[in-house]
Amino acid sequence: MNWFTKTFSSTVGRKIIMSITGLFLCSFLVVHLIGNLQLFKNDGGEAFNVYSHFMGTNPIIRTMEIVLLLGFVFHIYDALVLTRRNKAARPVGYVNNHPEENSTWSSRNMGLLGTVILVFLIIHLWNFFVPARFGGLEPIVVENVEYDNLYIKVVQSFQIWWYVLIYVIAMVALAYHLIHGFQSAFQTLGLDHKKYTPFIQKFGVAFSIIVCLGFAIIPLYFFFLV
Amino acid sequence: MAGSNPNAKPMDLTLKVWRQKDKNATGQMVTYPIKGISPDMSFLEMLDVLNEDLLRKGEDPVAFDHDCREGICGMCSLFINGRPHGPERGTTTCQLHMRHFKDGDTITIEPWRAAAFPVHKDLVVDRSAFDRIQQAGGYVSVNTGGVPDANAIPIPKSIADKAFDAATCIGCGACVAACKNASAMLFVSAKVSQLAMLPQGKTERKTRVENMVAQMDIEGFGACTNTGACAAECPVGISLENINMLRSEFIYAKATSENM
Repeated sequence: MNWFTKTFSSTVGRKIIMSITGLFLCSFLVVHLIGNLQLFKNDGGEAFNVYSHFMGTNPIIRTMEIVLLLGFVFHIYDALVLTRRNKAARPVGYVNNHPEENSTWSSRNMGLLGTVILVFLIIHLWNFFVPARFGGLEPIVVENVEYDNLYIKVVQSFQIWWYVLIYVIAMVALAYHLIHGFQSAFQTLGLDHKKYTPFIQKFGVAFSIIVCLGFAIIPLYFFFLV
Repeated sequence: MAGSNPNAKPMDLTLKVWRQKDKNATGQMVTYPIKGISPDMSFLEMLDVLNEDLLRKGEDPVAFDHDCREGICGMCSLFINGRPHGPERGTTTCQLHMRHFKDGDTITIEPWRAAAFPVHKDLVVDRSAFDRIQQAGGYVSVNTGGVPDANAIPIPKSIADKAFDAATCIGCGACVAACKNASAMLFVSAKVSQLAMLPQGKTERKTRVENMVAQMDIEGFGACTNTGACAAECPVGISLENINMLRSEFIYAKATSENM
C-alpha cells in the first residue's frame, strides 16, 4: 500500500472520509431544501416544474449529481467497513451496561439512524427521482414549453397518510443523525478550538432541526392543506 | 478504625462476578452473597473479603488486577454495574468506596470487554496491546551527554499544563471498556498529544502519530465515533481535546512526513 491508501484505510483516515462526505451531504440538504421551497409557491407548480427541469438538464448540476452519488457511496461504504470493524473489536458484550450514563443515544446509534435514512432515500428516489429522470410523468405546458409535471406527482404522493408518515419518521432520524454528525465531523477533522467549537456545536443542533423541520413540513403541508 | 464512621452499618450484598478459568474457557456470571461489608472498605478490599471466604471454602479465588491501590498506577480495572471503575466519576476501582452502595444491593462485576484485551482469567485482561502502542512511538529519544540546564527550553505555562493533563493518563483502559466500539483513541491521543505539545517531543512528532495510529489499528481496537463515553468514564479526566489533537497531528503528519 502506498502512503495515500494507507492513510485512508486507517480508522482515523476512514473517519476523515466520512466527515468530509458528511459535511458535503449537509450542503446538499441546504440546496435541496431551498429548491423545494418553490413547492409552497401558489402557482399550480409552475415554478417548481421549471426548477426541476433545470436541475435535470443543466450540465453543471448533472455533474454535481455524480459527485453527490460518490459522496453517498463513500459515506456508506466507510460506515459499513468501520461498523464491521467496531463490532469485531468487542466480540463479547457486557451483561450489564449503562452507556446512557456517559454518551448520547444518537451518538451511539449513527448506524441505525443512517440505515433508516438509506431506506428512506431508496423509497424517495424511486418515487420522485426515477420518474423525473427516466420518464413516467405527465406533461404540462408552461408558456408554450412542455415540462414534466413533477409537482402533481408530489401533490398525489403526499395524499397517502403512510407515505407522509415515512417522510416524517425519516426526517426525525435525519435530525438525530445530524445532531451528532454535524459537530462530530469537525472534531474528526481535528478542528477544535475553544473560540469556535461551542458555536459549531450550537449551530449543528440548529442546522439539524431547521433543515429536517423544513423537509418534514412539505409532506405535512400537502397532506393537511392542499 | 481511624477516620471511619462509627454509625456506618455493615452491608450485605449480592455479587454477580464473571468467572472464566483461563483464556480459552467460556466464562459465565456466578452469584456470590457477601455479608458484613463495611462502607469504609474500598471496592478491592470488598473483593479481598470475598476471596478469603472462597479460600476458606476451598474454592478458587476471583482473579482481579490491582497494584498501588492509590489510584495512580492504572492496574485496577473492573466494569462495575455497567460502568468502568463503577458509578462514581473520576475514580479508579481501588478508590471506589463501598459507601456508594446500599445494603441489599446486587453488584455486577465484569472484565473490560475488547478483542484487543483478551481475558486471562476471571476479571484479569491482557492490556499489553497498550504497551505495544507505546513502544511504536510513545517516547522521546534523548541522546546521552551532559545534563542540560534546568529551564533551558522555554515552555509556555498553558502548554506545559495541557501536556501535563495528557500525561496523567494511567493507561488503565477504561476508555476502551466504555467505548461502544472498544476504541483506544483516548489513550493513544493522550500519549500522542502529551509529547507533540512539548519541544522535546517535536523531533519525532510526525513518525510518532503515524506509527502509534498504525499499531492501534493492528491491535484490533475500533474506530472513534466521538460519543465522548471515554472521557466521561476516564478516572483521571483525560479530555476529548486530545483526540482532536491526534487527528490534526495525523492529518499534518500524513500530508507532510517523509514516510511513504
